[in-house]
Amino acid sequence: MKRLIRQKKTIWVIAGLLIVWALVYDYLEPLTNYLTYNLFGLEQGKRLTEAIRFFVFEFPKVLLLLTLIVFFVGIIRTFFSPERTRRALAGKTTFAGNVMASLLGIVTPFCSCSAIPLFLGFVEAGVPLGITFSFLIASPMINEIAVILLFGMFGWKVAVTYVVTGLVIAITAGWIIGRLHLEKWVEEWVYKTKMGDASDTEEKLSFSDRIPFGITAVKEIVGKVWIYVALGIAVGAGVHGYVPENFMAALMGKSAWYSVPLSILIGVPLYSNAARIIPIVSVLIEKGASLGTALAFMMAVIGLSLPEMIILRKVLKLPLIFTFVGIVSFGIMIVGFLFNLIF
Amino acid sequence: MNILVLGTGCAKCKSLEKITREVVAEMDLDAEVTKVEDIVEIMSFGVMTTPALVVDGKVVVKGRIPDKNELRHMLTK
Repeated sequence: MKRLIRQKKTIWVIAGLLIVWALVYDYLEPLTNYLTYNLFGLEQGKRLTEAIRFFVFEFPKVLLLLTLIVFFVGIIRTFFSPERTRRALAGKTTFAGNVMASLLGIVTPFCSCSAIPLFLGFVEAGVPLGITFSFLIASPMINEIAVILLFGMFGWKVAVTYVVTGLVIAITAGWIIGRLHLEKWVEEWVYKTKMGDASDTEEKLSFSDRIPFGITAVKEIVGKVWIYVALGIAVGAGVHGYVPENFMAALMGKSAWYSVPLSILIGVPLYSNAARIIPIVSVLIEKGASLGTALAFMMAVIGLSLPEMIILRKVLKLPLIFTFVGIVSFGIMIVGFLFNLIF
Repeated sequence: MNILVLGTGCAKCKSLEKITREVVAEMDLDAEVTKVEDIVEIMSFGVMTTPALVVDGKVVVKGRIPDKNELRHMLTK
């Protein structure tokens, strides 16, 4: 009974917070203007003023969006455990399986430290290698933080583009790896692993039971990521008025054809999460980098990383790792060129 | 009581081990807490998301860190 009252209270608190959220988000622009021009008494039109205004507006905006989405994704994720995804993908055939694995990759919680148990679990359940790879590509590359930061800084078109092209890469790359029949390049011991059955420990939760998971996700993710967002936007604000518009144009602009492969080459070994890289990418674009090149750089940094490869080396032989990195990089390159061509 | 903390060595796994030991000490339980780091052994429990907690052979939580209250509850059963 006590628990029930507490749950009801949580729901009301959440509803109240949502209304406050909507109000703040709606009035953010006039609020920022009031703060910079009236309260701080800064002179309109000056470089420094605009830099400060940029930060005072962008930082709370992105943080607000992030908190909201992370909260809901935290709740949604309680419905998708890797164990469930594994059962769903067992025995799926190619292509349809690749599509499903890539989509599940978006919603299933994933961190590079759990790449190995995921891989082992999938293989043991009889999920084909190519489908497993579709999951391993989509899962880190497409996540709520990347999507929301892209939306906050570039608008919904870029965010949707990122998700769709990311999915296409995950599906096709996984499909190709499946067709190449590379099972021989998986370490032998992987096939000997026996996995126990823990399906009876699946927690049964009511909807209000899931709310705390959303709150925990906000505490954990926003608590860790806000500093990078702040730094990124501060750099962006600083660069905003001071660095010449087409500073990056020669190196990362459309006219330089080599810019796409070059930024992938730089991006693959780099390891960073979306929160750190996207504010930087927004600066690059503002200073003349083309969208395709910037997108390719971002995908390479978030989707492929040296630490993940080193972890995967435990279960995959080197040729398979190179094939995997090669195919995904190639996919990212096509996306980069395509966008430079279209936009 | 036999308690296993399953985890490959990530930060979360360490903090689960820490609070488990704390709760066991606070409740003065006659329990042995062991950390399992071998991935094959972890998989044998059917767990794909670490950290996880196994009490007397049964997986009670996986993929997250329960708070101390919840943990106390799990260990009294």
